[in-house]
Amino acid sequence: MNNRINKLFQEKKEGILSVYFTAGYPNLDDTIPMIQALQSNGVDLIEIGMPFSDPIADGPVIQHSSLIALQNGMSVSKLFDQLKNIRQSVEIPLILMGYINPVLQYGVDAFCQKCSEIGIDGLIIPDLPLTVYEEEFKTIFEAHNLHNIFLITPQTSEERIRTIDQASTGFIYMVSSNATTGAKATVSDFQKDYFERVNSLSLNNKRLIGFGISNAETFRNACQYASGAILGSAFVKALDGPGTLDLKVSGFINSIVIKS
Amino acid sequence: MNYQVNEKGYYGEFGGAYIPEMMVPNIEELSSRYLEIINSYDFRQEFVDLLKNYAGRPSPLYLAKRLSEKYQSNIYLKREDLNHTGSHKINNTIGQILVAKKLGKHRIIAETGAGQHGLATATVCALMGLKCIVYMGAVDVERQAPNVKKMRMLGAEVIPALSGNQTLKDATNEAMRDWINNPVDTHYIIGSVVGPHPYPDMVARFQSVISEEIRWQLDEQTGRENPTRVIACVGGGSNAAGAFYHFLDQEDVELIGVEAAGKGIETQETAATLTLGSPGVLHSSRSILMQTRDGQIAEPYSISAGLDYPGIGPMHAHLFKTKRARYIWATDDEVLDSALELTQLEGIIPALESAHALAALKKIHLKPGEVTVVNISGRGDKDMETYLKHFGY
Repeated sequence: MNNRINKLFQEKKEGILSVYFTAGYPNLDDTIPMIQALQSNGVDLIEIGMPFSDPIADGPVIQHSSLIALQNGMSVSKLFDQLKNIRQSVEIPLILMGYINPVLQYGVDAFCQKCSEIGIDGLIIPDLPLTVYEEEFKTIFEAHNLHNIFLITPQTSEERIRTIDQASTGFIYMVSSNATTGAKATVSDFQKDYFERVNSLSLNNKRLIGFGISNAETFRNACQYASGAILGSAFVKALDGPGTLDLKVSGFINSIVIKS
Repeated sequence: MNYQVNEKGYYGEFGGAYIPEMMVPNIEELSSRYLEIINSYDFRQEFVDLLKNYAGRPSPLYLAKRLSEKYQSNIYLKREDLNHTGSHKINNTIGQILVAKKLGKHRIIAETGAGQHGLATATVCALMGLKCIVYMGAVDVERQAPNVKKMRMLGAEVIPALSGNQTLKDATNEAMRDWINNPVDTHYIIGSVVGPHPYPDMVARFQSVISEEIRWQLDEQTGRENPTRVIACVGGGSNAAGAFYHFLDQEDVELIGVEAAGKGIETQETAATLTLGSPGVLHSSRSILMQTRDGQIAEPYSISAGLDYPGIGPMHAHLFKTKRARYIWATDDEVLDSALELTQLEGIIPALESAHALAALKKIHLKPGEVTVVNISGRGDKDMETYLKHFGY
């Protein structure tokens, strides 16, 4: 079965724009209009954040949005309810991103079953380690045509990058720096070396660069070293303040992708 | 039955290392090297020397005569409160600072609840001349002010954690984020038998000196190595892990852990994890935790900052599941009574955490002729403000 993520990477070789938002933020019922607005503004891939009370890999912006989302009443079941008919209006690949505990409590089988019914294409679960994934989760994920997206960082050894490449089926999420999400980043020489080092490995999987991509310049720079980049905290931050959701989304996307 | 960690880092179904990729290099380095380091001759020499000549071990095992008389049994107190820095926490921080040095790290981070672990970490960092950053929930910074001042005087930077209930769980989140942001030069000294493998095992090994001493001290005083039972309080569970360790395979010794029930297990304001919790993943290990049906971590409460934690070490989850140890709970009020009782019967002001272990004496039936060892994990200096408020002296 063809997965929308694979199709995207086959058709678009560069400048893939992926955007993360926290489901339930700023308002509980923003999920569907948010996804639709992101799609109509030309976003290629969406990461839907499932809020968690203790997001250790996230910086202050996503911690805050997660807290508000939970206070608004967001939960895994609520999110699944909201997404029920999403494929009637949205074609681009959708990924769910969140921490392992809410998935375990929902039940891994039931969770993957729901994802597959809705038309979710992949999952990013930062605290699900490779070994546990392969022993306990892989068969279930694959049965439901779900890609598990792994992360690599500047500290990941070449040997481990190769192991992750072997285990990956969608793309590899290349964390730009040693940081939690939302850290300020520029493409330093250190990062340039890291990006080039990874590119020289001739991996099977394409990469998207995330963490610290916050504006047109960092997006453009990241795109030179990978198939595209992921914006998270910068987008979540842009949802603050007055204005309609549509205007905030289009304003943000236009600030990232300068139309030529 | 095997109660020790297996080669994959699990105690039965609990444990493991549910870490984000950013933490993998540090955890793999630690996993692959900790046993070789702590079993090396050099390390043993230095560790034992510091425990003895710096921390003041062995800590006394004291037959509490008036307390024994009151309960018509034989009650021994393991006096971890008499260690340097005032609690059992120093056993672990001495061990881990030596590991950090072997790994070539020069920046140390730690989380702390009551401040006892933060204090013990700041102390060994001063001793070794290493930079020290301690994360502490903003609420705990307030309620354990004397320890904060001590840490600062020792040269540590104390950073208040402002998320969640601003207690131990939140401080642990911040310390983990710090480690993700500083993956090369930093060692994270976790203060309890929690976190990803190999921390629960490593911390339990460093704390196991408590039960090692209890055995020979009891033998010396009574002619038998095994008591009837050992009682210790449990938050994350490090002093209990240490007090139980060398008795785990002595099935005739009853092991009792006492959780913090806060305002009662029927209320939302409690930290009785094993009593109320269910299996899940928190702070990178699979254990039992207090959570909502949706898998969000509950915000715990206890009068004692050191036990105010919604999880528990995987070793305890396993001992609970296999019924090798029994876990009971004590409320804030019961704990305050027991703290006052020990103070006035024996002239020992215990930490609020340790007073949970003492509260168990009223909850189990002690028989004449039995020998009960209660681990007094820390002293009450840091809790004077709370005690004075409640007792009105």
